[in-house]
Amino acid sequence: MTVIQIRNVSRWYGNVVAVNDITMDIGPGVTGLLGPNGAGKSTILHMIAGFLAPSRGTLTVQAEPSKAGPSKAVPTWQNPGIYRSLGLVPERDSVYAFLTGEEFVRSTAKLHSLPNIGAATRQAIEMTDMAQAADRKIATYSKGMRQRIKVAAALVHDPEILLLDEPFNGMDPRQRIHMMELLAKLGAEGRTILFSSHILEEVERVSGTIQVMVAGRLAASGDFRAIRRLMTSRPHVFNVRSSDDRRLAALLVGRPYTTAVELTGKGLQVRTSDFGAFCAQIAALTRDHKIALRELLPTDESLESVFGYLISSQGS
Amino acid sequence: MSAYFNPTIAAITVRATLGRRRAFLFAVPAVVLIALTLVLHATKPEAVDWPAQVLGDFGFSVLLPFTALIVGTGVLGAEIDDGSAIHLLATPVRRGSIVVTKFAVAAVVTVLFAAVPELLAGLLAPNSSGLAVALFVGALAGSVIYSAVFVLASVLTTRAIAYGLLYVLIWESLLSNLVGGARILSIAHYCLGIANAIHPDQSLQAGLTLGTSVILGAIVTAGALILATRRLSAFAIQGDPA
Repeated sequence: MTVIQIRNVSRWYGNVVAVNDITMDIGPGVTGLLGPNGAGKSTILHMIAGFLAPSRGTLTVQAEPSKAGPSKAVPTWQNPGIYRSLGLVPERDSVYAFLTGEEFVRSTAKLHSLPNIGAATRQAIEMTDMAQAADRKIATYSKGMRQRIKVAAALVHDPEILLLDEPFNGMDPRQRIHMMELLAKLGAEGRTILFSSHILEEVERVSGTIQVMVAGRLAASGDFRAIRRLMTSRPHVFNVRSSDDRRLAALLVGRPYTTAVELTGKGLQVRTSDFGAFCAQIAALTRDHKIALRELLPTDESLESVFGYLISSQGS
Repeated sequence: MSAYFNPTIAAITVRATLGRRRAFLFAVPAVVLIALTLVLHATKPEAVDWPAQVLGDFGFSVLLPFTALIVGTGVLGAEIDDGSAIHLLATPVRRGSIVVTKFAVAAVVTVLFAAVPELLAGLLAPNSSGLAVALFVGALAGSVIYSAVFVLASVLTTRAIAYGLLYVLIWESLLSNLVGGARILSIAHYCLGIANAIHPDQSLQAGLTLGTSVILGAIVTAGALILATRRLSAFAIQGDPA
């Protein structure tokens, strides 16, 4: 079942193309929108949320059934009615800081004209684990707490679709885990959850399906595990410094995961075809041979390089 | 109108407007007007023309437009600037309802900080109770018209205060007093026209009749609110290009 349908959507600002001819279908469950900063993730989310018009193409969401008729696909741009079935958690950390968390969520419930405002407010606050801080002003919240109260407000009307722009930003590990569990639970209940992130591990832990964006284009789409395999099976380069670089080089040569070893003026440069095996075994190898490992630095771990590889491997 | 008024939005807007530091700015022109009235009352108690000049010129050309500018551009513009407006806009509330509610709050706050001080100053001035009521009614109308225009400005541009200042200083304070035809598009002159109809006074230098003032004021108010609603309906998040 398709809930969000994007067909040949582009968005440009003057001569700059932010999103270029994207086509994707997003259904129930949790979908991660992955890509480096500036890839166009927020632009796509804003268009889905009805806060940006596509320059070209069509973008529709499945609206909830109403008196007027059954559920149907409707455009999001200039259509406030979609917010009955859609919740948005924007990335920007700006909320009504003078309100308490409870007042903020309750106000949102009122704006949605919910039949039982008190119950909806309590449920949303409890769902996001914010009950203890609900009576405090939002101005006193940490960034992670602000993020969670924004999620509570977005969930207060029990939407079918929840869009979150970089939802884990500013959260501590415990809050992060809680949020991941919450999103997984909402997805398992049949809701359509779409969140953006530039961190691979966040997406891996929450969603089975991902859409990878690079430079405004859709680079990969589908099951996370298959795409992750593509990402990790690419060649990796590490700079290594140790107490005995020559002996370590000799030990590494001939290992199945080693592609090449080169002595540089500052240590070793090691190329490996198996990221996981190299990382798992280098520590044991140096320990067993009493070599002190002083530095292990991946040289090309920027997301851009990962995505760059992904695009080239998709194209070939 | 009541169908368009949303009490939840109004409550948030009042707290946001009066809670900001710049709320102190609202009171400055009012305090200046009352202080000026007291000083003139003490130094020129017998002069008969200064109440109309001070309360008409300063009141309608400075106090009223500056207060309305700060309040009107803040009720919605501040939320658009800091991004919190998105929480309001991501709800099924009609955009017309948001604009009308914000406008209503702006108009009431402007009345409190501009029209009421105008009335108080008029009552403090010697032999001016009739004039005070007339100026108060004119200021009430001005609060409504200016608020609609400045709410529109805040939806149209992020530099609403700068453009509003230019409009007040160049158009309302200068050109509309020098060029007769400019009065047709001067809110201050709509206010003076209404005040002069209630309490005729040559010193007010009203250039428009009551009928013209009311009709033009209504057209400007309605037009500004309709345009602001249309503009807010097409509100787009201004993101950086990828």
